Parts: sequence; C-alpha cells; structure tokens
Amino acid sequence: MLNIWIVARRELSAYFTSPLAYVFIVIFLALAGGLTFFFGQWLERGQADLQVFFVYHPYLYLFLIPAVGMRLWAEERKSGTIEFLLTLPVTTGQIVIGKFLAAWVFAGIALALTFPMWITVNMLGQPDNGVILAAYIGSWLMAGGFLALSACVSAMTKNQVIAFVLASALCFVFMMSGVEIIQSFFRAWTPQTFVDSISELSFLTNFGEVSQGVIDIRDLVFFFSVIGIALFVNTAIVEAKKGV
Amino acid sequence: MTTLLDIRGLTKKYGPITAVDNVSFAVDQGEVLGFIGPNGSGKSTTMKIVTGFLAPTSGVVEVGGLDVTRYPLEIKRRIGYLPEGAPLYGDMTPISLLNFVCKVRRLSKEETRRGIDYAVEKLHIANVLYQPIETLSKGYKRRVGLAQAIVHEPDLLILDEPTDGLDPNQKHEVRELLKEMSGKKAVIISTHILEEVEAVCSRAIVIAKGRMVADSDPLSLQSRSRLHNAVGIRLPVGQAQACIQMLNGLGGVHQVRTMVETASMVELLALSTDSSEILGAVHTAIDEKGIQVDEIYVERGRLEDVFRDLTYAAEGLRQDPDAHPEASNA
Repeated sequence: MLNIWIVARRELSAYFTSPLAYVFIVIFLALAGGLTFFFGQWLERGQADLQVFFVYHPYLYLFLIPAVGMRLWAEERKSGTIEFLLTLPVTTGQIVIGKFLAAWVFAGIALALTFPMWITVNMLGQPDNGVILAAYIGSWLMAGGFLALSACVSAMTKNQVIAFVLASALCFVFMMSGVEIIQSFFRAWTPQTFVDSISELSFLTNFGEVSQGVIDIRDLVFFFSVIGIALFVNTAIVEAKKGV
Repeated sequence: MTTLLDIRGLTKKYGPITAVDNVSFAVDQGEVLGFIGPNGSGKSTTMKIVTGFLAPTSGVVEVGGLDVTRYPLEIKRRIGYLPEGAPLYGDMTPISLLNFVCKVRRLSKEETRRGIDYAVEKLHIANVLYQPIETLSKGYKRRVGLAQAIVHEPDLLILDEPTDGLDPNQKHEVRELLKEMSGKKAVIISTHILEEVEAVCSRAIVIAKGRMVADSDPLSLQSRSRLHNAVGIRLPVGQAQACIQMLNGLGGVHQVRTMVETASMVELLALSTDSSEILGAVHTAIDEKGIQVDEIYVERGRLEDVFRDLTYAAEGLRQDPDAHPEASNA
C-alpha cells in the first residue's frame, strides 16, 4: 500500500513539474465551459441543473484522457527509466496501480476545478445537488475507465503519439459500443447475445444513467471492472515487454 | 568471506538468439569484479537478470543466498544498481530523486539523512542538488545515478558502464570511490575500458557471445598477452643494428620488433618465446657487447591484446598475428 502511495506521489508531482498539467487543465476547463454555454445553451435553457455540462464529458475525455495517460509508460520505456523503476524493491503491480492513481487524481483535480459551474447553478436556482454530485462521481469514474485503457495502451509502445492515437481509438470503441454503427458491425457475424453484451460495455450507456443522478450498483461495478481488467492487462504487458 | 552473488548455469534466450549462454560464477564480499566483453556480448543482460529486471531462461541466480526469481523484492533491497546510460527522471531534482529512492527502499529518517549525506559528499553533487536532472551535464547525471545506487549502502553494487562518458578526472574519482567502497561489499562493474579493470578490479571476467571465456585476476590475464615479459629497449640510432643482431642471436627471444624510429632514437621490443623472463639475459648481453642504451623496461602485457584474442576466438573472427595496432600507432 505504502509503495503504491510513494509511486503515485512521485508520478503526480511529475505531472505538475511539466507544462502538460497546466495546458491540460486550461484546455479542459475552457472546452468544458465553452461546450456547456454555447452548444448546450445552458443559460438559455432556464433550468437549474448541469445536464448539458455533463453530457459533453464523454466526448471531451475521448481525446483529453489519452493525453494524460499516454506518457505513463511510453515515456519510461523511451528514456530507459523503466529499468531504474523496476529494479527498485516495488512490484510491477504496485507501480501500475500507483501510476494509474496519480493520473486519476490529476483528472479529478481538473474535474474539481469546474466547481464554479456548480456554484453558478446554485446562485441561479435551486438545483438537485445530489444529482450533480452523482454526476461528478460518474464523470470521474468514466475518466478512470478511459485512463486505465490509455495506460494499458501506453505500456505497449515507446512512442507517446502512437499511444495517444491508439488510446483514443480504443476509448472510442468502448464509448460507442452501444451505438448503432458499432452494433451493426458486430450483428452481421456474431450472435445477438454477444451484441447485447457489447452494448453493455458502452461507456455512454453506463455514464448516461449516472449523470441523471442514478448511481446504480451495476454502473459502479462496470467502471471498476473496466479499470481492474485494464490494469491487470497493463501489468502483464509491462512484464512481457521488459526485455524488448 | 561470504558469497554475495552466486550464478549457476545462467542462460537467457531471446527467441532464437542466445544472449547469455551457461554462465556460472560467484562473487565474494570485498571483490571488485570487472565484467568485460565487446558490445552485445551479454554483459548487460546478465546484470539485468541479477538485478531482477529480466527473468532468466534457465539457471540459478542467488543474491545473499536468495533466489532472484523467488524473492525479487528482498534481493532488490540488497542491490544498488546503475543501469546502462544512467537513466533518471529528468523532471526531478537530484535531492527529490534520492528522497524518492530512500522512501521506496524504506529507509528510516536517520538512515535517509545519513545515506544522502554520504552519497552527496562522495559524488560531489552538493551544488546541483536543486537543479532538474535534465539540465545537468553528462558527468553530473552519471554521478547522480551512482548516488542513487549507493544511498542505501547495498551489499551488492552493480554498475553498468559507470564511467562511460565521464572526463578523465571524473573517471578517476569514480574509481577511487569504487575502491573505497569495495571493503564490505561486492562490486560488479561492466566496462570496455580495460585500464579501468587494471585500476580497480580484483578480478576480471571476459564474456563474448554470451559465454565466459576467462575468469582471473587482471595481472594473470595480462600475462596471457603475447607481449608478456617482452623487453623494450630505447637506444640511439647508431646502436640499433648491433642490438638487433645481438637480440636475434639470443636464446629465448622469439622476435624483435622496431616500435618507434626517429632520426636520433630507436625503440625495440624483444618478444619472449614462451612469455618467460628474458630481462636478465638481455641485460647481460647488452653489457657484454657494450651496447649503449637509454632505457630498458619489461612489458607486462596488454589487456587489449588478451581481450582481442579471447573475444575474437569466441566470435570466430580471424586472428591476425601480424596485426599489432600498438606498433603501427607508435
């Protein structure tokens, strides 16, 4: 446990010593706000809620989260520090979890910095703050799912750009698996039960419910399962690619 | 003497390529082992297996009696390791890196303070402690890499090309440090700088194509050189002809080479037939013939020669007895 914490702290401070952290936070806040006001027409709707704020999160995360996750392993492999890190008395699993947590906390900080929206909506009306809190939690969980997938892809390559592009593509597949295009692709050659189970894997479907304020245990299980499985695969990839 | 590292029948394969082929050796406390071999001979791979970074294909590696594949964390605690090229986090400062390493290694506050003080003093990095590592010169980066390897006072210190890229003064300092630390520890360094082996190592292992081709102390390794016990003579040009004649007639002299020839001075090298002592005979003959010489010295042999012979033989390359770069360089 302590090892995970030590690794996570180093990793988190690495985010903030590079300009990446500040660029990311500024872009995230600007896009999240801009989409809500201009595309979501938040003020014009005349409703005291953050529905239109959260509805854009999956699309924002689609390319912003891979940008956070791309460096996690690709950078270590490129610079050779992976050899330094893995010969310290820490297990690979602890490092995988520590790195993931650092990135997840970082995403959480960026998300938390959208708090002025929450304050604003409370000044303008009487929103259901429970729903908003649930949606924040859901959004953070979804970010975690995307991050775990990105970290997993990052472990496969030394090149951060490749990691970014592949992670975005993988996140897209997971996000859209409930949508008709992806469904029809699988329907042509797989049984219906498989198609249904794929749609269950959709981030959009699972996030949609949480963002309405309904924290269903199945949605929590879904996101934690995605994170758990992705990190397990991540560990296996790191172990397998050490000597290469 | 306690055996700190015991390797038995170590083999590592990457697909069809055998990087390390049935290597066995043990290292005791107090030894400084020089691991020498051409690039790609398997030095680094062996080190990576000992430090637990790579898993062996077969064979046993024990550090302090513990098997590396079964007790990876315990052995990693006992080892200090400088990977090839000293990769470090460029965004960190040396002090934050050292603190991170101490934390991961679970040193107490007191041990951390003592360890960092010791490493900082030994490696002279006090003046760069608060600068990002990526802004440091190559020499400083290497020293920070060494500092993180010794901060926890490991039993076994493994350094992959520790002086590569350092200037002569820095090399000297690192060597002094290695000598000083060797008492209670075992140190393994890989290098292809052979003077380093002569300067710091109590033992040398030559590895080529993944196989061990020699394991002895540097002096006896030197004595395998064709030039071992050869006698060098520097004398005025006028005396050269007489001297060459005399040497050619002398029993025990196998060959006479002219190493250097200038307008006023000639340097000859008389090779001994079977590397036996010929200085006495040469000296007596010079006196008897009344040949006037400026300098006589005994060649101990050159590690470069031995290294080339051993590794060429292992790699199946052509050995050319007439190719002696030191003669043509001179």
